[in-house]
Amino acid sequence: MTLAPTVGLGLKAQHYADALAAPADGLWFEVHAENYMVEGGPRLAWLEAIRARHPVSLHGVALSLAADAPADDAHLARLARLVRRFEPVLVSEHLAWSGWGGAYFPDLLPVPRTGKSLERIVANVDRAQEAMGRRIAIENPSHYLRIAAHEWDEIGFMSEIARRTGCGLLLDVNNVHVSANNLGGSAEAYLDAFPGDLVTEIHLAGHKPDPNLGDALLIDSHDAPVAPAVWALFARLVGRIGARPTLIERDGDVPDFRTLLGERAIARETLGCALRVAA
Amino acid sequence: MDISVDAAPAPAPSMRSFQDAFARALLDPALEPAAEIADLARQPGFAVYRNTVMKGCIDALQANYPTVERLVGEEWFRAAARLYVLSAPPASPVLAQYGDGFEGFLAGFEHAAELPYLPGVARLDRYWTEAHIARDESPAIAAPPGCLPTALARAVMRPHASARWAWFDAQPIFTIWQRNRATGPVDESDMAWRGEGALLSRPCDVVRWMGLEAAGCAFLDACAAGRPLGDACEAACRADPGVDVTALFERLLEAGALRQLDA
Repeated sequence: MTLAPTVGLGLKAQHYADALAAPADGLWFEVHAENYMVEGGPRLAWLEAIRARHPVSLHGVALSLAADAPADDAHLARLARLVRRFEPVLVSEHLAWSGWGGAYFPDLLPVPRTGKSLERIVANVDRAQEAMGRRIAIENPSHYLRIAAHEWDEIGFMSEIARRTGCGLLLDVNNVHVSANNLGGSAEAYLDAFPGDLVTEIHLAGHKPDPNLGDALLIDSHDAPVAPAVWALFARLVGRIGARPTLIERDGDVPDFRTLLGERAIARETLGCALRVAA
Repeated sequence: MDISVDAAPAPAPSMRSFQDAFARALLDPALEPAAEIADLARQPGFAVYRNTVMKGCIDALQANYPTVERLVGEEWFRAAARLYVLSAPPASPVLAQYGDGFEGFLAGFEHAAELPYLPGVARLDRYWTEAHIARDESPAIAAPPGCLPTALARAVMRPHASARWAWFDAQPIFTIWQRNRATGPVDESDMAWRGEGALLSRPCDVVRWMGLEAAGCAFLDACAAGRPLGDACEAACRADPGVDVTALFERLLEAGALRQLDA
């Protein structure tokens, strides 16, 4: 099952009833896989009900692909179980690590892009795709640190992982904006150089300035509407590569469902323009 | 022209030593960061990771222990939760299960010494979560009229996958928990300061709870140990010689606390 290049929303528990009732006009929902790694109960039942009406995408935050360790078998089994049960249209993870030394750090931690880390990540993506029996996509991270040990640039690194594993790439436009702001660099140049044929999904989200450092350090906080600069980057991207399934993420300070549908309408308009140009 | 002898870049750390050092520095800002990540820990952006990790752990505890939070207030809760996170960071990314040591932490927490009921309340919050995410299975339906557990003396009935129960000897933990679990105004009326038990279960999609006397807890303990209903009745009678086991059995069935007998 493939997903048409329409606009989806991150599914929040408080919106279950609205999500279920929403018109199936290309609307799809993405969930954090870890929130559904439970044995039973109403969470799974709700997601099943949503899935009966709308396509669902599974977005993992804890597979820790970039840890210097084989991806955890128990976690892969939990992911595979969700994939079998919900048959998601998209499955994605991050170019990051979060598990180390028996502890789980609920964040997407950075990794130096080296030959060694490339080998490890490629092996872990292979392992994940094999366990789930399907292609996944990996997402570009938000950056807050200048890491001197990088040997690869990010686009080259991600493209190489995709070339060697066959995985797709999830391009988070807000992460590109935040990273370019924090590390210096051009978000436009990054997007213009990103290999469009590998992009299977686009993410959009809001960010906030750091409480102490202000706009010098933007935080990928997912607790605000998509910023105007990110909308402009999104239009530039889809103007070049064409429409892709696009998700609006909102994890904090969550507004009512209608407000999210309003943001979705903006994204749909942009994707519609890209489709009309392509036709 | 740079003539500094330090100009040659240090060799890149191994991935493993980088992640060891990074992980240690995340949870302990006071620790002098290891050489592998010293230049990263000095950057203001490092605090973003520290803050996100700590906030993620504390948010998870707060979501899992709402009644404890209601009793102590958000500020106290988050300060205590921070200390708990430092002593026991999550071992699993399934954060719905995070905090299984929180009850024990509160029991030994000096600032909670004047709130001796807090660990028990934490246990019932934990039980609520466990019941909520437990395996789905059909509960035994109400017994037919006249069907006494004594008539089923040799049958083994296991507790339902979602059933959680506890007896608290010294304090009315269930009453305190129940009054503070719900949102809305708290019932401030007097309560008898005596031991209480509780049963939580989720026979279908909603977690239910009820008070359970010591005899009921003993009955379920026996069922959980795989002993036949006859033994469970005896255990209940030992806990309270005056118990009406038929009424108790019916209440447990009504609560969905028992698993359907295998056909």
